[in-house]
Amino acid sequence: MSVMSYLGAIGAAQREAMEADERVVIMGEDVEANVYGTTGGGKSRSSEGDFLQLFGRNRIRNTPISEEGIVGIAAGAAMTGLRPIVDLSYSSFLYMAMDQFVNQVAKNRYMFGGQASMPVVFRSAMFYGLNTGAHHSDRPYPMFMNVPGLKIIAPASPEDAKGLLRAAIDSDDPVLAFEAVKLWGLKGEVSDEAFRIPLGVARTARKGTDVTLVAISGSVPDACAAADRLAEEGVSVEVIDPRTLVPLDTTAILTSVAKTGRLVVVEPAHRTCGAAAEISALVAEEVFDALKAPIVRLTAPDMQIPFSPSLEQQMYPTRDGITAALRRVTGLKPA
Amino acid sequence: MRTDISTSTLLEMQRRMTRIRRFEERAAKMVKRGLIPGAVHTSIGQEAQVVGACMALDDDDYMTGNHRSHGHPIGKGSSLGPLMAELVGKATGVCRGKGGSLHLADFSVGSLGESGIVGSSIPIAAGSAFASKILGRPRVSLAFFGDGAANQGVLYEAMNMAGVWKLPVIFLCENNQYALSTPAHTVTSGDIFERAAGFGIPGVRVDDGQDVLAVYDAVKTAADRARSGEGPSLVEVMTYRFNEHSEGLRIDNYRDKEQVGEWLRRDPLDYLAARLRDRGVTDEHLKALDAEVMDEVDRAVEFANESPYPEPSVAFEDLYTDEVTAV
Ligand SMILES: Cc1ncc(C[n+]2csc(CCOP(=O)(O)OP(=O)(O)O)c2C)c(N)n1
Ligand SMILES: [Mg+2]
Repeated sequence: MSVMSYLGAIGAAQREAMEADERVVIMGEDVEANVYGTTGGGKSRSSEGDFLQLFGRNRIRNTPISEEGIVGIAAGAAMTGLRPIVDLSYSSFLYMAMDQFVNQVAKNRYMFGGQASMPVVFRSAMFYGLNTGAHHSDRPYPMFMNVPGLKIIAPASPEDAKGLLRAAIDSDDPVLAFEAVKLWGLKGEVSDEAFRIPLGVARTARKGTDVTLVAISGSVPDACAAADRLAEEGVSVEVIDPRTLVPLDTTAILTSVAKTGRLVVVEPAHRTCGAAAEISALVAEEVFDALKAPIVRLTAPDMQIPFSPSLEQQMYPTRDGITAALRRVTGLKPA
Repeated sequence: MRTDISTSTLLEMQRRMTRIRRFEERAAKMVKRGLIPGAVHTSIGQEAQVVGACMALDDDDYMTGNHRSHGHPIGKGSSLGPLMAELVGKATGVCRGKGGSLHLADFSVGSLGESGIVGSSIPIAAGSAFASKILGRPRVSLAFFGDGAANQGVLYEAMNMAGVWKLPVIFLCENNQYALSTPAHTVTSGDIFERAAGFGIPGVRVDDGQDVLAVYDAVKTAADRARSGEGPSLVEVMTYRFNEHSEGLRIDNYRDKEQVGEWLRRDPLDYLAARLRDRGVTDEHLKALDAEVMDEVDRAVEFANESPYPEPSVAFEDLYTDEVTAV
């Protein structure tokens, strides 16, 4: 075991995968200089662990700022023998490549009757909550959940970041990895062994009996903190981090709600058609009879993200907001 | 007249062009009779452009295409039965009945897929070339696209990356002078082939795209260049589609009758037949070739007719390669 940051864990997974399989290549804007911190040992070319030194330009390659072309080229390469990891830097830039994601990456295997496989990983970072303004703060994973054929991971701990990324790279299907920048510095124990966390298996971050709190990506630490507060007041909160949004571990969520009878879902994406909406609908359809209180969704509102710190703060679910919602559904008086 | 191409290669070109012609004539008839659902776009009139390009490639070279989709796999050597079965939506279709006319793919001949989205498959071809380069595979890739697609931005993103990385890919613009009803010159600034210069790669125009050998020569030069590691080329081929944009569309107010008539006289099959006769190939031989192809098309239609429709459960297969149980 070593203590690693979330970002360090991603870098470690990439290095392991590059060392294990020659077909794994990394492409993206500014990856050679390790600008985003997952393709090298440090900020200098001479630091130990620099990917360009280790693997050469055939395996790691800067691309021009051409997201649509990059995604398409990675898809074509994946269909014909490579296993690319594409670093798209900001999640907001995925929209530039929407046609390739939706019409080629997600559809080719299906449309061609199974002739193609698409082993490619598209990583991107969600820079929300960092005063980057509306053009850089997107959390667009729900849009992609609406595209059959893509798999989606959203790890929220260093351990999960490493294990899920290895599984994503192993997958013969296209995986989109959404990494919340507010988690980058998060530290945790990570196994030094090469390990995988299977896609489609949720993590129970806190065991509990009174209420199920499903939390996604950057909301997970806040959810755990809120659960710890409630524990002090004698309310037992079960925190579930799906980790993989497609395929979704529906069993873990439904089993938990069947036990607790209450559901709060928290995520940083917009409200309409978000992951929280999907999970709420699932629970309402499948275990309605178990519910003792209405389902509560905590999300960003259906509003663009403002720049000013004084304005942006209020846009995402907070620890206090989650705590209040947990009190409400469990019948506790507001603090 | 060129002598370095053997008569048997010329005959193979004629055979492939005839296979496209007869297959599509039959498909057009079947659309009229309601036997093929969905849209069908034929390459009739453009066979030289398709076959000249495909024959300049090796069998295991890669290729992507567009909505004008049947010529490409046929030109690359696909068998007609599974293609026809795909057009009618049968289980034995090359894509198990899930692609249809617009989305044919036949990986067995290097056909990585046609695309219903104009321009969308171009980077796929470039990506396959990227894989070949990284993996040290001596394969070339070719992207077929129209004059309409030449105005999609993704083409230039792909051309730029192919140029700077010297990818073994050929961008082949089938300039049939219209994008549906829109004359190319009314929406296209400058000449398409000249755009290559901006990327520092060769760009050539084949002015007589009805001559299969002219196309073959241009694409062969590009393929040799790509295979020897010198990078991509853009080849623009001037041609004309003889039929409507898509079968049964019944919009023909945008091309003047005289122009259509003039082009109908420039039939790529007649062109090559004349050359073959010059080489001493007899009319009987050419007739026999046509009859063989007609027979092949008959058998393809029979195969399609006799094949079952896919089971409903097939609609729920092939989304993922890995076993996925949780969705
Ligand atoms: C992105 C996109 N825009 C528009 C269309 C509708 N459409 C289908 S074919 C076509 C014309 C394409 O022209 P061109 O690329 O020259 O090919 P051609 O049909 O002439 O072979 C259009 C506009 C489409 N399928 N995809
Ligand atoms: Mg056209």
